[in-house]
Amino acid sequence: MQNPDQKPLRSFGFHTRSVHAGARPEPNTGARAVPIFQTSSYVFEDPESAAAYFNLQEYGNTYSRIMNPTVAAFEERVGNLEGGIGAVAFASGLAAQSAVLFTLLNPGDHVVASAALYGGTVTQLKHLFRKMSVGLTFVDPDSPENWKAALADETKLLFAETIGNPGGNVLDIEPVAGIAHGHDIPLVVDNTFATPYLCRPIDWGADIVVHSATKFLGGHGTSIGGVVVDSGEFDWSNGKFPVISDPSPAYHGLAFHETFGGYGYLMKLRAETLRDLGSAMSPFNAFLFMQGIETLPLRMERHVANAVTLADWLRGRSEVAAVRYAGLDDSPYSTSRAKYLPKGAGAVFCFDLAAGREAGQEFIRGVELFSHLANVGDAKSLIIHPASTTHRQLDEEELAAAGIGPGTIRLSVGIEDVDDLIWDLEAAFARIA
Amino acid sequence: MPVSREYQEPETIQRILHQARTVAIVGLSPNELRASNFVGFYADRHGYEVIPVNPREDEIMGFRSYPSLEDIPKTVDVVDVFRDPSAAINIARQAVAVGAGALWLQFGVISDQAAEIARAGGLDVVMDRCFKIEHARYIGRMHWLGFNTRVITGRRPAHLL
Repeated sequence: MQNPDQKPLRSFGFHTRSVHAGARPEPNTGARAVPIFQTSSYVFEDPESAAAYFNLQEYGNTYSRIMNPTVAAFEERVGNLEGGIGAVAFASGLAAQSAVLFTLLNPGDHVVASAALYGGTVTQLKHLFRKMSVGLTFVDPDSPENWKAALADETKLLFAETIGNPGGNVLDIEPVAGIAHGHDIPLVVDNTFATPYLCRPIDWGADIVVHSATKFLGGHGTSIGGVVVDSGEFDWSNGKFPVISDPSPAYHGLAFHETFGGYGYLMKLRAETLRDLGSAMSPFNAFLFMQGIETLPLRMERHVANAVTLADWLRGRSEVAAVRYAGLDDSPYSTSRAKYLPKGAGAVFCFDLAAGREAGQEFIRGVELFSHLANVGDAKSLIIHPASTTHRQLDEEELAAAGIGPGTIRLSVGIEDVDDLIWDLEAAFARIA
Repeated sequence: MPVSREYQEPETIQRILHQARTVAIVGLSPNELRASNFVGFYADRHGYEVIPVNPREDEIMGFRSYPSLEDIPKTVDVVDVFRDPSAAINIARQAVAVGAGALWLQFGVISDQAAEIARAGGLDVVMDRCFKIEHARYIGRMHWLGFNTRVITGRRPAHLL
């Protein structure tokens, strides 16, 4: 083995890691961009190597449902940017979440979740847990005491979003993580809206971070994907998680936490859950996500600057009853924002039209540049009326808990010239005047 | 118990991995599902000479097993420890006595006393790190599993082992 003239490692900055992490030049060809390894499977060197790969005694590629070098580069990059021990990618954000939950939970377990979540997540939790016979309690996430009050002996994890969709609640991560750890359970945080550029929940005590990579990570609205990051710090051998610490009947008796230490949860997530659920990310999508992440810090700065300008402008409009953006100084979340999101509160926020539901739909008909669609985090500005689209499976009570009224409009502010965005919304206001 | 970063320095770890030839694994289990066996299998596969140290076995993975470090009739470059932290202190003394190059304490084998004894005896010391994972991080294929190797480089690497 040759010593390759190794320089001491340096703690590289976020912009540098956004471009480089996970993507060292390809050793066989010298390709500098991460190649798209569009292959289902990998030829083994010999039968002994094949056995070692399947036994997890050696890190080797077997089959792209479980691992792929292009996807791995994306995984390492997100894991690095979040300050985690590593990551596992999935075909979508919801696939990533369901895999996190499926790995940790057994029938009879219980989960406490924020009531101010993305509608698709609320539906997923309710539907999945009913099927799995897992108990579920939603809490108002704004007071840490609410989380504590909802704990039961069977509670196995807490689940929340850094910035709630679409209400813009900013999670007080540190005390909520403390409550989880006091109960010997992990805090799982969806960091999609903040991205690791604006907030790294692991720095504040979160144990597992999930993302819809479809949004700001990818940043261009081209691909569906998700990813799970593990801090590597949670003690899965504390007695509450035999699903991780005990010999696994699904992997010929392997005890993941003993064998892989802090890497045990991710190994199990990949070698069992991803293997069995089959929701793998495609290499091409991983390539596009990598391209997106290279400019993540630059885009987020512009997204945030445009969002602040638009929110401030909207606040001054007589047609607007309220603007709910944690980036505004009078937001009830300004204290949490200053602590957890010093570079900004993201670029997705809601405002309420005083005139209600009809006006909401008419407003959307009036925009030219904003696209009316069910996504966020694109470089292009997006608009939607949640009550009739993304959150329509929720009943009135759930809508209220998520901070959605009949006249609520959600914006995902893009990186265009902000004057053009204001021009566009002005025309929509003229239409409902 | 927080582990001092001075026993987890990347330069020290890489130097050990590059220079070592013989690795005595104290507490190597013949059970293929145990972490020690994973590391022994991996080290052998990657060209290290694995020397089992386990008084309860005569042979592990096809290699002669010795009751203690002091019974090994050759130079030991790395003493890799899979034992209770309390046992690590005496192992550290033995490692110094046989003139080993490095004391490597695996995940959870945390003993400042053992580390101090080895360091005072002139050994490199690594604590609460896995020999296999660190090899895979810098020279091997750890990044194929999406783990954060923290390796950032624009240079073309040698073919990965």
